[in-house]
Amino acid sequence: MATVETNLATTAHIAEHEHHEPQSFIRTYVFSEDHKTIAKQYLITGIVWAIIGISMSVIFRLQLGFPDMNLSFLKPILGTWINESNKLDPNFYLALVTMHGTIMVFFVLTAGLSGTFSNFLIPLQVGARDMASGFLNMLSYWFFFLAGLLMFVSLFIETGPAAGGWVIYPPLSALPQAHIGSELGMTLWLSSMALFIVSQLLGGINYITTVINLRTRGMSFSKLPLTIWAFFLTAVLGLISFPVLLSAALLLIFDRSFGTSFYLSEIYINGEALPNVGGSPILFQHLFWFLGHPEVYIVMLPALGITSEIIATNARKPIFGYRAMIASMMGIAFLAFIVWAHHMFVTGMNPFLGSIFMFLTLIIAVPSAVKAFNYITTLWRGNIRFTPAMLFSIGLVSFFISGGVTGLILGNSALDIQLHDTYFVVAHFHLVMGASSAFGLLAGVYHWFPKMFGRMMNDKLGYVHFWMTFIGIYCVFFPMHYTGIAGFPRRYYAFTSYDYTKNIFADMNSFISIAAIFAFGSQFLFLYNFVYSMFWGKKATQNPWKSNTLEWTAPIEPGHGNWPGEIPAVYRWPYDYSKPGAKDDFIPQNVPYSQTPESNLPHENELIGLEKEIEAQNLNDQFKQPH
Amino acid sequence: MATTVTTGSTTTFDKKTWMGGVEPMNASYGKLMMWFFLISDTFTFSALLVTYGLIRFSFPAYDPAIHGAFQFSNLYWPIPEKVYNAVPFLHGIDAPLVFVGLMTFVLIFSSVTMVLAVEAGHRMDRADVEKYMLWTILGGFAFLGCQAWEWSHFIHGTEQGMQIKELVGGEWVTRTVFGANLTENQYGPAAFADLFFFITGFHGTHVFSGVILNILIFYRAATGLYQRRGHYEMVEKVGLYWHFVDLVWVFVFTFFYLV
Repeated sequence: MATVETNLATTAHIAEHEHHEPQSFIRTYVFSEDHKTIAKQYLITGIVWAIIGISMSVIFRLQLGFPDMNLSFLKPILGTWINESNKLDPNFYLALVTMHGTIMVFFVLTAGLSGTFSNFLIPLQVGARDMASGFLNMLSYWFFFLAGLLMFVSLFIETGPAAGGWVIYPPLSALPQAHIGSELGMTLWLSSMALFIVSQLLGGINYITTVINLRTRGMSFSKLPLTIWAFFLTAVLGLISFPVLLSAALLLIFDRSFGTSFYLSEIYINGEALPNVGGSPILFQHLFWFLGHPEVYIVMLPALGITSEIIATNARKPIFGYRAMIASMMGIAFLAFIVWAHHMFVTGMNPFLGSIFMFLTLIIAVPSAVKAFNYITTLWRGNIRFTPAMLFSIGLVSFFISGGVTGLILGNSALDIQLHDTYFVVAHFHLVMGASSAFGLLAGVYHWFPKMFGRMMNDKLGYVHFWMTFIGIYCVFFPMHYTGIAGFPRRYYAFTSYDYTKNIFADMNSFISIAAIFAFGSQFLFLYNFVYSMFWGKKATQNPWKSNTLEWTAPIEPGHGNWPGEIPAVYRWPYDYSKPGAKDDFIPQNVPYSQTPESNLPHENELIGLEKEIEAQNLNDQFKQPH
Repeated sequence: MATTVTTGSTTTFDKKTWMGGVEPMNASYGKLMMWFFLISDTFTFSALLVTYGLIRFSFPAYDPAIHGAFQFSNLYWPIPEKVYNAVPFLHGIDAPLVFVGLMTFVLIFSSVTMVLAVEAGHRMDRADVEKYMLWTILGGFAFLGCQAWEWSHFIHGTEQGMQIKELVGGEWVTRTVFGANLTENQYGPAAFADLFFFITGFHGTHVFSGVILNILIFYRAATGLYQRRGHYEMVEKVGLYWHFVDLVWVFVFTFFYLV
């Protein structure tokens, strides 16, 4: 009797759900608790930040490529940061470099990438109605928004935004009298980051909990798409590393504003001795890089997950080495926490300790290579469809390899002494994490645009966008290896006044700048495509890429709760592409083995008996829970 | 319970736990979130304690062979027993770590009452939940009160103070420092007080938010919300937080006062 009653109650509850009152505009589009809306909010905010962040790099590239250029045309935007001789103010150059790094790493490639796709794909691909807590999810976005607002405000204050590099090493960042960028701008930077960390924490615990608790029936961890594995591990990384940055930032705030000496010791500034003794600026670097290194994987893993999914779908082949992919991501996630000091080889670290960190660092090459080879072997003899998303994914693999190889060089503590803080490092990390992750983000947008907005993006524009960006990025970063080996230090305002840089590479620097402008310009194709397709693109079909994952079983524009009626059950892994014997070249995850006798492998036939059990275990549907 | 899984054998049960369609091990999302938040917070505190260790051991320790009889000096790290030896109303009596031991006892005892509140929640015994939540809240306030007194004593210092010699305008000047602030203190290097204020302050903030949460839970239990809801899981979740704050204190206490 009791079961019957529960079932009745459940049916009533679902019926009640289908007749939800339409919510107000504010609750639907602004303070929304729906994961799909929050994902779009993250995406659009991320794109806005990307435009700001990349245009900053174009401005400082103008300075580096054409040191004698008359920049007076930038006066309407930059005002007095363009000085009387119509050149970029050197202080503002430093601020631009800092802000470019901060914005791209945190706001675009962390919040814009993870925030968008974790929010959008986790519930849709694991088969959940929404995130575990919609409210915390909403808070997460608005904390991010507030963080962004503070950072944005800091661009317009008189002393300029923070200018100590995105790594904000003290004592430079701790002493307001050290540089104008360490005044109010730095305070705003730290406040903004504190809010950002809160946002990451709220988002992260939501992603993890949703993956653990709200997988639909049959969706075991070994049937999760690699995207979800990647988002899951990314969230774990963020959960563990961001709090350490919070501690580091709080201590720095105390040093800046309340006279403590956690990071300060024995400093003379303008000929005057400061009273601070006993602290250690190296301590900050340890704390910072304990976040900072996992952060590059926080940026990279979601892009790799997206790529796994897109490459398998568009090569019409199962991903090569599904379990090896998971294992290598876990390996990367674990190693991420024990290699941080390779950013600090030149801090006077004990060479023996340096060699331990070098050893651990070089081990990362193993799981990374496993991933790269698995992508290539997935493509091998695949029935490849070159959609724009696929091109960007392949481009990601290319960047990941060519940037990763230089990682082997930089990870070597002996070589790093020569190359540390040169353009070689800039080239390395822009390829391996910057451009790769950006390509992951773009690939994801092209691939899931039909699910987000119910319309297709224009393919032709996508191809042009891809080739311009791909060529542009290589033209920007490949030459930087040479300038780096030649000893050009990063973050320098100009190379015109040092003997060893005066007469070399000026033309190459101009070339890099032109390539940067070219690559930046081509992003407007994407912007146009994005906005145009959102309103006037071709209407999407339900499963335009003939993909296996669950999001394509939802309606074209999923409403509240994603699936009308029951959530589909899952019977197979997400990579049954081109299965021998099958009618189509794809079998979605929600197709039971009992319906595909022609393509089942012997051990899969045995799983047919479990199907009833799987279907019956429907106990975590959020609509059926009191809420 | 709605999530009971009936199966033939225990082996298939294990598989089903992770097979999807069910919350593994019956852990609600709220409880999981609390656990993950606590993992995260562990790292916040770990970073602070690592900072403490690194700065503390960059200073020389007190060594009777070199420094003679112990006195406060900014040349070496002080011995905690000599700093925290005061008890309210017992002015001038040397009672090393007695007061902080009492504080620790109060906090641990409040964790015990929290366990009792959670247990009462399992029994759906509203009156007991209210009673033990009140004791826990009281324990929390008592701890915060003790901490306030300890801070105040630390800030005001002893009558003797510490003499320091410093170079002002090319001449050595001697002056006496009383108590502690963030830039100087009478007990030892400035970093000693900096770390004391920051770490115990950060922990105290956690205790304070815990007390606020406890009050909220008490209020909602007292108005019968959880009784109507059918379970007292919120008490359990806040209990997790409270135990965590307690555990952190054990570490802070060990590193700051004992070692």
